[in-house]
Amino acid sequence: MKSKRSSVNPVSRAPIIVYSIAAVLALAGLADATYLTVQFLSGETAVCGGSTDCFRVLGSVYARIGPMPVAALGVLGYFTAFTFAIFAAFGYARARIYFAIVVGFMFAGTLWFLFVQAFLLHAFCRFCLFSAAVVFLLTGLVVATPRRS
Amino acid sequence: MKRYLPFAIVFLCAMFTFGGGMLLYRAKRPAPPTIARETAITDEKAESFHARGGTDALVTLEEFGDFQCPPCGALAGPLLQIEKDYGSKLRVVFRNFPFDIHQNAHAASFAAEAAGRQGRFWDMHDLLYREQAAWSKSPDAERLFESYAAMLRLDISRFKTNANSEEVKARVAADQKRGAELGVKNTPTIFINNHQLPPTSLNPDGVRKAIDEALAEVPKHP
Repeated sequence: MKSKRSSVNPVSRAPIIVYSIAAVLALAGLADATYLTVQFLSGETAVCGGSTDCFRVLGSVYARIGPMPVAALGVLGYFTAFTFAIFAAFGYARARIYFAIVVGFMFAGTLWFLFVQAFLLHAFCRFCLFSAAVVFLLTGLVVATPRRS
Repeated sequence: MKRYLPFAIVFLCAMFTFGGGMLLYRAKRPAPPTIARETAITDEKAESFHARGGTDALVTLEEFGDFQCPPCGALAGPLLQIEKDYGSKLRVVFRNFPFDIHQNAHAASFAAEAAGRQGRFWDMHDLLYREQAAWSKSPDAERLFESYAAMLRLDISRFKTNANSEEVKARVAADQKRGAELGVKNTPTIFINNHQLPPTSLNPDGVRKAIDEALAEVPKHP
């Protein structure tokens, strides 16, 4: 991280709070995505026993890219978002831009997966919906974060 | 010190994620159980289960399945092909294990058992899996099952009576009881020569590999 650390304005601590909240949200998403990745790797998404709708989503062709589960991309995305949120909270100006870009990609991915669940699979998995909620909150934080002059 | 704090936090997060994931993975992959000798399938108990293939087959594949379970349906076609490929070396046993969360799963099991009362269990078994998408979400699946029975040229009134009989329900319940005793929690659950396949092997290649390994373990007689 080569970007300069901007000095924290004591008058406005809002960005620090916002990025701390973003980091916590990213952690929640990370836990969710890790759980789904482990479910895939342990073969649980290849059997019935839990939620039927979850199987229809997680066992579908849309839930993997080749041999890799899409949830693993979620792990990567949330971890990256967490990293940039932490650095942004510590005043690294460029991390805020990277954070916004990562969340933007995650938002686009979330819209795609909501479309797949609603219109192609006609089933919703609660873990995927939780992840979507986290991404929407992260997007909201990016939009609501005050810009620095 | 504060300069290194974000790096430390990110590093800790990575470690917790990796460690937590590994622990969860280990917890979710217990060693697959083996059926004890006294509860294993024997020819004396042959009337209590549905089997396809010779009784002298070298390998017995016992499946606990739910007719409404999509992975069971996805595996049914490849299993049929595997049966053909291995011929007399393989015997397939099916056990009903319908889940309550599948609205028509119990009725499908009863339909298969009712067809079995007229000697057509396996035909209905194959038909139910093949047509799974058609009846799974149907609000009137029983009527579809009756049409399947008609396709198989069964005696419809007898089929309907049997599908609602206590004997058929008791038979399905007995299969579920056996599954529960063996620790079956998911479908499909497959035992090959009494060894349970891990969920990651529940695909055509995994099943073939397990059968080949079971065949290799069978002692060869001159």
